[in-house]
Amino acid sequence: MSATGGTYNYTVVRQFAVMTVIWGIVGMLVGVIVAAQFIWPDLTFGVPWLSFGRLRPLHTNAVIFAFGGSALFATSYYVVQRTCQTRLFAGGLAAFTFWGWQLVIVLAAITLPLGITTSKEYAELEWPIDVLITFVWVAYAIVFFGTLWKRKTPHIYVANWFFGAFILTVAILHLVNSAAIPVTLWKSYSAYAGAQDAMVQWWYGHNAVGFFLTAGFLGMMYYFVPKQAGRPVYSYRLSVVHFWALIFTYMWAGPHHLHYTALPDWTQSLGMVFSLILLAPSWGGMINGIMTLSGAWYKLREDPILKFLIVSLSFYGMSTFEGPMMSVKTVNALSHYTDWTIGHVHSGALGWVGMISIGSIYYLLPRLFGQTQMYSMRLVTAHFWIATIGIVLYIAAMWIAGVTQGLMWRAVNADGTLTYTFVESTKASMPFFYIRLLGGTLYLTGMLLMAYNMMKTIAGHKAVDAPIPAAVHA
Amino acid sequence: MADFTSSFWGVYVAVITVVSIIACAVFLKVQTTARVAGKVETTGHTWDEDLAEWNNPLPNWWRWLFYITIVFSLVYLVLYPGLGIWGGMLGWTSSGQYAQERARADAVVQPLYEKFGKEPIEQLAANAEARAIGQNLYLTYCAQCHASDARGGYGFPNLTDPDWLYGGAPDAIEQTILAGRNGVMPPFGPALGAEGVKDVASYVLSLAGLASDSIRAQKGKEIFATNCVACHGPDGKGNPAIGAPNLTDKTWLYSSSEAAIIETVTKGRNNQMPAFKDRLGAERVHILAAYIWGLSHSDKAKAAAK
Repeated sequence: MSATGGTYNYTVVRQFAVMTVIWGIVGMLVGVIVAAQFIWPDLTFGVPWLSFGRLRPLHTNAVIFAFGGSALFATSYYVVQRTCQTRLFAGGLAAFTFWGWQLVIVLAAITLPLGITTSKEYAELEWPIDVLITFVWVAYAIVFFGTLWKRKTPHIYVANWFFGAFILTVAILHLVNSAAIPVTLWKSYSAYAGAQDAMVQWWYGHNAVGFFLTAGFLGMMYYFVPKQAGRPVYSYRLSVVHFWALIFTYMWAGPHHLHYTALPDWTQSLGMVFSLILLAPSWGGMINGIMTLSGAWYKLREDPILKFLIVSLSFYGMSTFEGPMMSVKTVNALSHYTDWTIGHVHSGALGWVGMISIGSIYYLLPRLFGQTQMYSMRLVTAHFWIATIGIVLYIAAMWIAGVTQGLMWRAVNADGTLTYTFVESTKASMPFFYIRLLGGTLYLTGMLLMAYNMMKTIAGHKAVDAPIPAAVHA
Repeated sequence: MADFTSSFWGVYVAVITVVSIIACAVFLKVQTTARVAGKVETTGHTWDEDLAEWNNPLPNWWRWLFYITIVFSLVYLVLYPGLGIWGGMLGWTSSGQYAQERARADAVVQPLYEKFGKEPIEQLAANAEARAIGQNLYLTYCAQCHASDARGGYGFPNLTDPDWLYGGAPDAIEQTILAGRNGVMPPFGPALGAEGVKDVASYVLSLAGLASDSIRAQKGKEIFATNCVACHGPDGKGNPAIGAPNLTDKTWLYSSSEAAIIETVTKGRNNQMPAFKDRLGAERVHILAAYIWGLSHSDKAKAAAK
């Protein structure tokens, strides 16, 4: 076998890319259903398996780990091969990560509605599934770092730093937070107790945001933005500084999820100040992405894929400003436990994670099937506008509802009694629950357009694996 | 600080934190390069055919944003607790903030509650201001179980009717809220067997004048006499001293169906009303009791007002 001959392994990339769209639709559909349950609580006819409490974790797991996870697998496998100019290491293991990850998702979709849960947010899956995740993740790390190891290029491209940090850290987070003592096949108890359990959980929870939903997708950004824009990355130095600063400071920020709780005061303060320090490192990625377009802004007018990528960076910048702000104790005292948090999460999830993934998958799909572009670029443009309007409606509705709830809950009469009952705040939120449902439905509609466009792009075309160029880049 | 088992950990946290924050600033400083005059070049590396990177320096406004957050954090950690052993110059604690806010609020409202605390409940129930406070308290603390209209629900007593498990006198209601109640009906399933339970349920139905199997009711009467009279009395009219319900009236906490009665007798019931004395204080409970008493005594409340 010659060192430079042969092709890239696109099989696993294709599998994950297609599943990204499918799981996206599933996860977002469940999201629309739970949003509708806020308006019609009896929507699912009192069937316990479809109650809000069971569907909600299904929604979060499906969009984060099934949709987001598949997008990360697809793009990281594509990017690491092409920027290392070598075929994916251990193709068999790569195939195992695909089928293993799909099995994890299917098991989640079965166990969560059955009420089998550890009750740890974003880590609800019970221990046998956690063990399977560990195997898949170790295989993922071997494939990814193995490919880096046998790279032909002298330097490691910046996107791979972020993918690497994401893979490594998620492994640690998963192992530490999911440590539990099994009592039966489907029941375990956390290895930690009380405030320490809460602290470990939110150390995990916030770093799931930081490494799964931020570092991983920044890796995606660092490849697909300069590729689609046809311009070099704005600043190598900025990427170095914000990479190290981001992965270092994110680790400390978790306690801001536990302000004004039984967690010691000093831990809460540390969580808050490191969340503030996190602002600049987070924005470094946004600057590097958006400034990559300088001198080529006109491309934004015609290219809907670039629109997805750049608008996702705008939402990224907005959420990473909002996050530090909400971590300030005074702001948190108003925002915590309200729908403002839900709005914040969705500006990150729909705006940043969703749009960067959608843009990247639109870039990938034609290239994986020997095409130059998607079946219909007009549908991609339509998808972009529908999704954008959907996000804006969703976030604005949750801001207003959240601040309204926070203000109503804290309103006190002159005699010291509460001005509003809880149900009055729910009543005041109702119009915004309708707007949220509309926003979410629009976003889901966009995904259905994408699925149609994907089908048409694939239909009648053969899967094509690109050849590995012989000449090694400097 | 009490959070640590030894002072070592407080120092450990403080040192690691300070070093980490300063390290961010040092890292930023050493990575800062001047903008070179002329055209910016790329780093000279290329990946995947055309991927490259410009050699632009860090944007100044971004660097300053980073420095400002670092300085803010250090100042914050001097003023507020965060560095393990160091409690902060301002002496702030979250429990202290709570106590302070609580004391400030109490100073304003306490005179009002003290004034109302001295008035008898019957009189207070006719006072519109006290009723408004009572209603707000009710909707915040009681409505979850007894419902917004105070008519209760399955297992939760209706507070608007004249029927009271522990007596409807003002003092009894106040006592119920202050100390809570624990209504226990022991399970009789094992002792009586399914047939025995069914017989006694028929007798209970007949006590309330509801349709029942008269043969079973006859058998049930004997079972009732030996097992139930201690609490519910020989005539089934209950005993407010221990909260044993009157079985001869039309009020049913768990519905009057035969199935519900069989369930109650078989498995027993354990019904808990929480105590509010420590949560609300005696004065607020006094006002709340007046509001609740007034719900079923609106005529008497009006009379007292005259």
